[in-house]
Amino acid sequence: MSSYYESEDLKKFGDIGQHAKKLADGFFKYYGDVTGTDGALTKREKALIALAVSHAQRCPYCIDAYTTQCLETGSNPEQMMEAVHVAAVMQAGITLVHSVQMQNHLKKMVL
Amino acid sequence: MSTAVSLKLVKAKSKYDFDGLLRERGIELPPLSIDTLQVNVTKLCNQVCRHCHVDAGPQRKEMLSPEGVAKCLEILEKQPQIAKLDITGGAPELHPAFDAFVEKAVALGKHVMVRHNLTVQLDGNPQTKESKEYLPGFFARNRIEVISSLPYYQEYFTDAQRGSGVFKKSMEAMRRLNAEGYGVEGSGLQLNLVYNPVGPYLPAAQAGLEADYKRELKDKFGLVFNNLFTITNMPINRFKLHLDKSGQYEAYMEKLLAAFNPAAAGGVMCRSLISVGHDGRIYDCDFNQMLEMDAADANGRRLSIFDFEFERAIQRPIRFGDHCLGCTAGAGSSCGGATA
Repeated sequence: MSSYYESEDLKKFGDIGQHAKKLADGFFKYYGDVTGTDGALTKREKALIALAVSHAQRCPYCIDAYTTQCLETGSNPEQMMEAVHVAAVMQAGITLVHSVQMQNHLKKMVL
Repeated sequence: MSTAVSLKLVKAKSKYDFDGLLRERGIELPPLSIDTLQVNVTKLCNQVCRHCHVDAGPQRKEMLSPEGVAKCLEILEKQPQIAKLDITGGAPELHPAFDAFVEKAVALGKHVMVRHNLTVQLDGNPQTKESKEYLPGFFARNRIEVISSLPYYQEYFTDAQRGSGVFKKSMEAMRRLNAEGYGVEGSGLQLNLVYNPVGPYLPAAQAGLEADYKRELKDKFGLVFNNLFTITNMPINRFKLHLDKSGQYEAYMEKLLAAFNPAAAGGVMCRSLISVGHDGRIYDCDFNQMLEMDAADANGRRLSIFDFEFERAIQRPIRFGDHCLGCTAGAGSSCGGATA
């Protein structure tokens, strides 16, 4: 194997049903119900959230799939990049907000 | 003029056998009517769009002859069932008889539509340098429907597909059409825009995109229009070349096949129009025309405007190919937008 991530492997997503069909069927139904239709959020908004999560979780399959899904639901590159920035700033914020924990402990350690 | 052809010998079955798919699903798609005569008057165009199924451009010379124009008008006059004339190209306004063709068809009481690329207003004729700035006024005087491609309400996608500078020119051309009343509520002058994806993906839902276009074009440019038509890119000619070069042809065809929608199939435009080429040959649609898939009657005799008989045309079997998956995917695609 040349790489752990091959774009062709995305087509095999359905194969997760091997050895656990009932669980996979349940997952795919849930997946379709959440992402496949307009609900309280539009399909476009859901696709942008999924694109942001794809980046935060660093999943190349999801990045390819949700870049396409964002285009097919009418988003433009500015909106897509802004969604990625939301993911990035959340991760930066999560890192930085932990410095409060550091400050708390620092206070205990310093006379 | 007509030549017998054996349709069975024309092509081998492909992996994306559309006829086979229809048989498998029990779907039959005979013609329902011929209410539109769509005429491709020229392949000459001031633009070279990356997805163009016509392979149109500034060097092209194909033109419908004066005899061909006269024959189309004769057909329109004799056939009251054909209520609409849809003039396309290339940039159809670059045909030397375009103005007269429009005026005579309007005088016959036909609804005339022009596939107007907007920028030809400002660019003019790339071969003769003739100005085309009179077009908005000409369109308005004849009260014809204007249908214009604008792949997105922003510059990035539009210029990527249609060429650098096209978006800015398109905004100016729309401003001139709006000034004549096009797209303005109550004017009765229809300006409809066409969206198509800027790559191998399916269009977003037509209604949502139309709302986005209306909001953005109004807010950012003060422009208005009537309806947005979403059209899927056909995997033929220039766009197919791109798919082949970028290694995306198979993936795109698989996408179209997976999105096959029987409801969209029922509404395909070839069931209600015929398409005329610059040489007078008749096709089921503009895409078949570019693939030189001539329409033929029930006896296999090719159809032409020069020996046109309505009954032979309405009873023809429509010819399908792999590319038809483009018209039947998702919400469907036609010259009038989504079909399902």
